[in-house]
Amino acid sequence: MTAHTEGSGTTWVGRAIRRLEDPALVTGQGRFTADLPAAHWVRFVRSSAAAGRVESITAPPGAMMITAADLKGVKPIRPMLHKFNYKPIAQPILADGEVRFVGECVAAVVAESEEIAEDIVEQVDVAIAPLTPLSDSRDALQTGARSLHVEAPGNVIVEGAVKTADFDAAWNGAAKRIKLEARSNRQNATPMEPRAGHAAYDAASGRVTLTCTTQMPHLTRTAIADVLGMPESDLRVIAPDVGGGFGQKMSLAPEYVLLVWLARKLKSSVAWTEDRRENLIAGFHSRDQYVTLEGAFDTNGKLIALSAELISNIGAYSCFPTTCGVEPLMAMAEFPGPYDVRAYACRARGVATNTCPMAPYRGVSRPVITFTLERLMDKAAAAFGIEPVEIRRRNLIDKFPYTSATGLVFDEATYKQTLEMAVEAIDLPAFRARQKTARAQGRYLGIGFATFSERTGYGSPAFAARGMEITPGWETVELSIDPSGFVEARIGTSPHGQGLRTTLAQIIADEIGVEPQRIRVIHGDTDRSPYGWGTFASRSLVISGGAALIAARKVRAKLVKIASHLLEAAPDDIVLELGEAKVTGTDRRVSIATMAREAYHQTHRFKGEIEPGLSESGSYDPGGTFSNACHVAIVEVDIETGRVRVEKFLVAEDAGRIINPMIADGQVHGGVAQGIGNALLEEIIYDETGNILSSTLADYLPPTAHEIPPIELHHIETHTEASITKAKGLGEGGAIGAPAAVMNAINDALAPFGVSIDEMPATPQRIRAALRNAEQSA
Amino acid sequence: MSDKVAITLTINGRDHAIAVEPRRTLADAIREDCGQTGTHIGCEHGVCGACTVIVNGEPVRSCLMFAAQAAGKKIRTVEGLANGDELHPLQRAFMDHHGLQCGFCTPGFLMLAAGVLEREPDISDDDLLDVLSSNLCRCTGYQNIIKAVRAAAKEMRAK
Repeated sequence: MTAHTEGSGTTWVGRAIRRLEDPALVTGQGRFTADLPAAHWVRFVRSSAAAGRVESITAPPGAMMITAADLKGVKPIRPMLHKFNYKPIAQPILADGEVRFVGECVAAVVAESEEIAEDIVEQVDVAIAPLTPLSDSRDALQTGARSLHVEAPGNVIVEGAVKTADFDAAWNGAAKRIKLEARSNRQNATPMEPRAGHAAYDAASGRVTLTCTTQMPHLTRTAIADVLGMPESDLRVIAPDVGGGFGQKMSLAPEYVLLVWLARKLKSSVAWTEDRRENLIAGFHSRDQYVTLEGAFDTNGKLIALSAELISNIGAYSCFPTTCGVEPLMAMAEFPGPYDVRAYACRARGVATNTCPMAPYRGVSRPVITFTLERLMDKAAAAFGIEPVEIRRRNLIDKFPYTSATGLVFDEATYKQTLEMAVEAIDLPAFRARQKTARAQGRYLGIGFATFSERTGYGSPAFAARGMEITPGWETVELSIDPSGFVEARIGTSPHGQGLRTTLAQIIADEIGVEPQRIRVIHGDTDRSPYGWGTFASRSLVISGGAALIAARKVRAKLVKIASHLLEAAPDDIVLELGEAKVTGTDRRVSIATMAREAYHQTHRFKGEIEPGLSESGSYDPGGTFSNACHVAIVEVDIETGRVRVEKFLVAEDAGRIINPMIADGQVHGGVAQGIGNALLEEIIYDETGNILSSTLADYLPPTAHEIPPIELHHIETHTEASITKAKGLGEGGAIGAPAAVMNAINDALAPFGVSIDEMPATPQRIRAALRNAEQSA
Repeated sequence: MSDKVAITLTINGRDHAIAVEPRRTLADAIREDCGQTGTHIGCEHGVCGACTVIVNGEPVRSCLMFAAQAAGKKIRTVEGLANGDELHPLQRAFMDHHGLQCGFCTPGFLMLAAGVLEREPDISDDDLLDVLSSNLCRCTGYQNIIKAVRAAAKEMRAK
């Protein structure tokens, strides 16, 4: 693992420099949304019923309460896809006649303090005539099930299907077919900072500034302006320091729309800070998918056809801007993973239920794809009587570019190399010997492998393939050197913990020859940063980094031109480093600060040959690339209690060029920890009435330091042509591979009992139930 | 609700004379009445530890204590951890070992670790892991928090 090493020399990419973000954050000087004072505070009256018709809402006398009836002219949130039989369902800002999940906003109470608002909320009487709740996606699919939305009879909101021409022939010609029925239960991304919003009206300009915990400030502005029917320029959105997001803070919260509406109505400042219970019941959920996966293999254990069926519970509404198609459609496109299989069939559906709406969560679809595909591979290995590692050797792709059965083009990667690296580092033969000895003593150790691809850094063409009305993808970076020689990069992405201020500064520093510490990266303010899509999908370093490189090359070219003029040398003889332009082989030099002064204040010298100022802009919209990794978990399962202890975790990964090794390792650590939580601990549970049983952090269990073992990392750097910085992106990979590795390890440990545990999280109860069933049927 | 009571909170050596409802938590009073927003609130039910501050030498979850209970006691928050411009060894170690990403849980971890290392400078690695398991971090996977705290403990012992 990499601690910071300042190193030396004139290049910055590849060095583990300390983060520029940190001094403020370790001294309590970070600025988070909830730190802002406000004149008015909002608390929401939330539905206690999963499904029903709102008959009346009664506030105590004198209270200020807003309901749907007050929001005339305010449109619902209605994200749109133009493909895959998508049904454009609508989410009202406040429940409009019907409630569809426990926690849905029914009314908003406004008071001069949070406490008073909360006291009033407790006195609001909401009468709801209940309807039969549908929490489980399979129930919602039953013939005759009540439809949640008139726009979507039968509750299927999006449906994709694919079948290659050669599927039937390959399927029927198989030597063995292996089937897996799996479930990944519901999670909450659980950023440590709950959501918060603060809307302030400015009487002089008539504008509203919304400060909120968002991963995509520009899209938040577009969406709210559309819903409220106001010009975007009348709204400024600021994402200040944001305490983690992991996808949950990507989707538009109806609460923010109401805050902006209220600030305009009251001509004042209005704030709302979510409490943890609100976050757990209504702050967007994730996963909750059923998968049936069946693989057809030839006599050598080569996968020749793959069939997948996915049912994705999307909750009560479709999230903006990705829509609820994000999970099922990505699954359909990427189920074959890193394996060479030409014949493929898949049906993936998104189904509405009376549960909290889903948002993307770190890994999006790939954690479930990888969990199920890797379980299938292990089951197939057992059926063929070979090591799990061996079946992967026979099936991983190793010729590039590789075009998948669904048309995805895989650029050069190291699927087999990372597997072999992991096998050697973990010492598989030694583990098998230790496992055998332990079993003889009644202790059950297991090892699990997961190999996977992580599609990253994809621009607008990839999103357009989903038929998104709002098609994200590109990023812009505006780079300026001010007259004092200080560098400012304004970016459209919106980092919230990823260290992008540091890594982008490293990329820019190498181009223009200044120290990263002299570069300020500005983000998360629609008044200050260029339009951009935000931080999600492991994209920011690849796409915003690419845009930063393009902008920096333009600034570099201009600096060289100015230096060439001032130093009377040929441009090819100019080098930029350590804050200066030098003429190679001479002692002639000029500082960037001097050149900046000239560029602004002495333009008459350039006789019109050089444009005034030192500002350039770069945009980047790449096709995408694939990072890859092999994860290995070693676990011990206590068969008496069903408790799983992860003893060791190892990652061999390839994310292309590493800009800052310290930051890259940190991303993998965090992802793996979330993946271990996914496999063992985290589960949002609804009871039969559609009420949530896991609404505190004592019930919903993110891992603590105790549950996360030491994580050993190994790196390969494949420099791809698919990314101009050669960085492939790695924000999600840890969370993609870890659940599969842990689940395979548990099943390896319990192999003597003939059980197959294919539901996450693998809680002690589930493991004990499987062992009990095995005992009873023996 | 109920009438406010006048109390004085002594935070990082400075007195704050405030009037709060008896039900006001110490976390809210520190942040809103005393303006020290470095202490963060993550769950308000005593699980996540983001609001950890030191009261009379002991790390406490300030969301589980009433402000009135802390009157007259010595409260330390993240804003008071550095000695002027000189960062505390824990603050330096968190930066050197990348012990933070989004930084929201960081003040709580810093105060938890500071409180424990001051009382128990020779704490074993195992016991330290137990202590650090009382706070939640969602970004780092804890690897670098543990490394940072161990490194700071070593430096603090050497002084």
